[in-house]
Amino acid sequence: MSSILVANRGEIARRVFRTARGMGLRCIAVYTEPDTNAPFVTDADEAVFLETSYLDGDAIIAAAKLTGATILHPGYGFLSENADFAAAVTASGIAWAGPSPEVIATMGDKIRAKDAAVAAGVPILPSALDESGADEVGYPLLVKAAAGGGGKGMRVVMTAADLDKSVAAAKREALNGFGDERVFLERYIPRSRHIEIQILGDNHGNLVHLGERECSIQRRHQKIIEEAPSPVINEYQRAAMGDAALRLASAIEYSSAGTVEFLVDDATSDFFFLEVNTRLQVEHPVTEEVTGVDLVREQIRVALGQPLSVSQADIVVTGHSIEARLYAEDPANNFLPAIGTLDVLRLSEQPEVRWESGVIEGSIVSVNFDPMLAKIIATAPTRAEAAQRLALALERMQLGGVTTNRSFLAATLRHEAFLAGDTTTDFIERHAPAVPAIDLEWAARIGAMWIQSANQRRAKVLRPLRSGWRNARTPPQLVRFRLVGTTDEIDVSYQSQRDGSFVVDGSSSARVFGASDDYIDLVIDGRRLYAGVVQVGDALYVQLPAGTVALEVLPRFTIPGTTAVDGGFIAPMPGVVLDVRVAVGDKVTAGQTLVILEAMKMEHHMNAQADGVVAEVRVAAGEQVDNGALLLILEDDNE
Amino acid sequence: MNRTLLAPALRSALDTGSDRFVANRDDMLEQLAVIDGLLDDANAGGGQKALDRLRSRGKMPIRERIQNVLDPDTPFLEISPLAAYNSDYTIGGGMVAGIGIIAGTECVIMGNDPTVLAGALTPYASKKWMRAIEIARDNRIPYVSFVESAGGDLRIKPGGGDTERVPGGMQVDHFAQTGRFFYELIELSKLRIPTVCVVFGNSTAGGAYQPGLSDYNIVIKEQSKVFLAGPPLVKMATGEISDDETLGGAEMHAEVSGLGEYLAEDEMDALRMCREVVSHLNWTKDDAEPRFDIEEPVSDPEELLGIVSRDLRTPVDVRDVIARVVDGSRFEEFKPRYGSSMICGWASIHGYPVGVLGNNGVIYPDSAQKAAHFIQLCNQIDVPLLFLQNITGFMVGKDFERDGIIKKGSQLINAMSNSTVPHLTVIIGSSYGAGTYGMSGRAFGNRFTFLWPTAKIAVMGPKQIAGVMSEVRRGQAARKGLEFDEAEDAELVAMVEAIQEKGSLALAATGAISDDGIIDPRDTRDVLGICLSVVRNRAIEGAAGYGVFRL
Repeated sequence: MSSILVANRGEIARRVFRTARGMGLRCIAVYTEPDTNAPFVTDADEAVFLETSYLDGDAIIAAAKLTGATILHPGYGFLSENADFAAAVTASGIAWAGPSPEVIATMGDKIRAKDAAVAAGVPILPSALDESGADEVGYPLLVKAAAGGGGKGMRVVMTAADLDKSVAAAKREALNGFGDERVFLERYIPRSRHIEIQILGDNHGNLVHLGERECSIQRRHQKIIEEAPSPVINEYQRAAMGDAALRLASAIEYSSAGTVEFLVDDATSDFFFLEVNTRLQVEHPVTEEVTGVDLVREQIRVALGQPLSVSQADIVVTGHSIEARLYAEDPANNFLPAIGTLDVLRLSEQPEVRWESGVIEGSIVSVNFDPMLAKIIATAPTRAEAAQRLALALERMQLGGVTTNRSFLAATLRHEAFLAGDTTTDFIERHAPAVPAIDLEWAARIGAMWIQSANQRRAKVLRPLRSGWRNARTPPQLVRFRLVGTTDEIDVSYQSQRDGSFVVDGSSSARVFGASDDYIDLVIDGRRLYAGVVQVGDALYVQLPAGTVALEVLPRFTIPGTTAVDGGFIAPMPGVVLDVRVAVGDKVTAGQTLVILEAMKMEHHMNAQADGVVAEVRVAAGEQVDNGALLLILEDDNE
Repeated sequence: MNRTLLAPALRSALDTGSDRFVANRDDMLEQLAVIDGLLDDANAGGGQKALDRLRSRGKMPIRERIQNVLDPDTPFLEISPLAAYNSDYTIGGGMVAGIGIIAGTECVIMGNDPTVLAGALTPYASKKWMRAIEIARDNRIPYVSFVESAGGDLRIKPGGGDTERVPGGMQVDHFAQTGRFFYELIELSKLRIPTVCVVFGNSTAGGAYQPGLSDYNIVIKEQSKVFLAGPPLVKMATGEISDDETLGGAEMHAEVSGLGEYLAEDEMDALRMCREVVSHLNWTKDDAEPRFDIEEPVSDPEELLGIVSRDLRTPVDVRDVIARVVDGSRFEEFKPRYGSSMICGWASIHGYPVGVLGNNGVIYPDSAQKAAHFIQLCNQIDVPLLFLQNITGFMVGKDFERDGIIKKGSQLINAMSNSTVPHLTVIIGSSYGAGTYGMSGRAFGNRFTFLWPTAKIAVMGPKQIAGVMSEVRRGQAARKGLEFDEAEDAELVAMVEAIQEKGSLALAATGAISDDGIIDPRDTRDVLGICLSVVRNRAIEGAAGYGVFRL
């Protein structure tokens, strides 16, 4: 019996399983300890535990042998572009669902890849090794340190007059920074787009391209919105770029799925070869949606030695498809990764979208892996419709427990510049899509009404009586919320009336038509809403048309000694204390760094918000701290 | 699995478009508006100044304390909220009492209102307090007290008892007979009914025995003060100079005397502890869940407003009331063709089975026997009884005396008095004379008694009293051969009638705490539902000994 092992995790493992199952293949997963309860593991027909990591090729091949896997799909990332691994898999007699090890090796080397592109007549960014080649590169150009990175030793040169001065400065910086003063010149493209061509090849000499994807919307140099086709590429450009991609693929005898990435000058529409990704891309679904070709199926066919099921003539792009990557991250805080438990994750049935996810409700989002939660793909006859559909699907999704970029994605998709196709790689910096304000008071009132319904449902005695029945006077019922992630409190008071309605906050009128553990159907001041509401611990997730509002239900009673310490300095996320820069008795000024925390592979400087004196230090360097841990206590300087 | 009562719904023929109905409803709404205003007065307690002073000390008013101890969104049935109506005391009597749910457990909650005479025990507070203890005892539910009391109201006459001297110099009680609450409080504990006391402020002298005699005491830091004698009295008695905290502060009682089991940081903390204590009481009801399907009445309870007229002259078919109170308006009438001035039958309210007795006119010998028979049947099957009183009395006259109205009326009183299932009474209209008794009046150990605003309770109707007195005067004059002054008599009749009328009104009765409160007729179903749930904290066991006498 044929079976396939996916040497990967999360959504891509589930994605491959779906197609493989359709082809009648038994699906095998490998997993590491943090993924013990991950959906892709339980989805698999069988799974093998990896002691080490997803990069342990030997263990993965052993797992394939143990389970009798006949095909190995590498997914993306991890070992997917590791030529040695590909060779080892093939040597083990297991079919490798990817290009040959030689192709992987060649394309993995940037210089050899560029050479191959040049040889195939594919344009690359003009560059020169010294100032003499500046005119050929053309202005504006970029002076870059050969050993560089991170912007050091880099200079933009607008005209020839500035060249010498800039090269000298870049060399100085490069020498200081890297101990190597070598620099080179490269064409500078002020405003560019990231456009890539999907290719497919088999071992029978067939090679096709499936048109382009535009992936220009990026933050922190990572794609968050991808689409097919590009809003700016016309038939001629598509053909030209497709031909270029196929020339290169043909020259290197490419088989399986791959992507040829280009940088496109927004001003001139000139395209330049960047690299070839010798694997399935995260954003592959948009191509599948507009061409109707299942890329994973073709990969498996090719791995089994079968020919592609499509020819170039079969490939027609229909409609428009957009993918949004839902990340556990905080757009309001420089897109820093977020962690937590996905308390609620419920996709609305409408509008219909494609959903690719490695997580389910209750999944723990940790620092162990990439914080991408899901990909949501909307396809429609027009680009505007696809964008709006995707935005609505994002807004209607009930999502809580972890900070995500959901609202930011929706705001981006609804942004007029996005809808106009002005999607260059600096889109987010240029347009900074603003997340619209959400009606928190409304959410709180809905939440309060839901809580009273829940209290009534759970009542052990006198359940049939209307909520908060009174024959005389008492103060109204009170529910207190805090908006999660803030210190803002919202109180809601209400009192039931004889007719079953409620007076809310003294003047509003509400009536509940139905409620259960996951919804409430109610009208407040004439606005009726069937709202999803879910409570997990103290957190209440209220679904409004514009998205989910996360409210913390504040307890009626506080147990003494559990309240926040005045002047307390709290860890905003779990991490390791790298440095404590103050000691008891130190005077500190606002803005001064007190503690440095390493979390999510980044250093976070915890700065004093006001002047004061350090009263207590509760942590030391090297200590692991939980989210909310008290780090130190500051007191007012009374002197 | 719930059972279904198979009886069909009553078909009420009430004409809700009639002038009489509309007039009755308008009158009722007017009376309810008055009561609403009085409830606001009771809520205001000792007034804004006293309230502000309380707040300034970081304290909560008594109703806020109660609100915060209750399970959120659960019912609270206040008992006698309009106590002390039309008296020299603040309406409410300086105490709030009621039944509420704490940690899923039905409890009696009583608390002093510190804004009224600093929580001093007025005669009304004492009576309400006794009633609160009685509810806890009779229904076997935990007793929670929120104590903040300056103690006895020393302004009362020297040597005073609990009640004021009756004008005219008669004094029928004395300090010598007071203090029963000490006994009753500790009796609750003996009866395995836990008593939980939260001391919110002063609890002095006699008041000190409230925590002293409670099973659990919660005291609040820098707020509770419990001592037999405060610093002034100690100085008077022994010359010792002391201060509140040393003599009876919360910390002293929690750490030294051991009077306080729990030391709270503040009032909310004390309420949290109170809830925790109740949650550990391991309280189970004999019958926690309703037994019958719960259905809203088919006839609209809103229409209860237009059934009874203010002057009680409109005849009432009590079935029109039953149809708007019981589940699905279902009523299985017992002996409908016999003794038809007494309506008897089975129904359920909020799922709880109940045997209903209601008056459709005076009690005749046959209706008395029918009721006695019905009460026995309900005792046989452990079904609580609901008495809907609208009764002018037992029928008088030659034929009825010959028919044995005394004997057969006594059969009713016998059956009713010896019935051991819980009795609930709602007085919707008249409640006069022996009719009051025969229909399980307050004095007959019923569990709860509520009044509609239209209730009138007296030994007989005001007209009848005035008329009888006039007849007596006329007879005296005749015997003495004096001329009878018709004009003077007419004046006297009018005066007596007016006084009697006023004294018979629902507000007068409820002010004297001779019932558990006036309710909005539309709340009847819910109030009875709460009561029927509360009575189930104690096993319901009907009277045994003989089979049912077929009377």
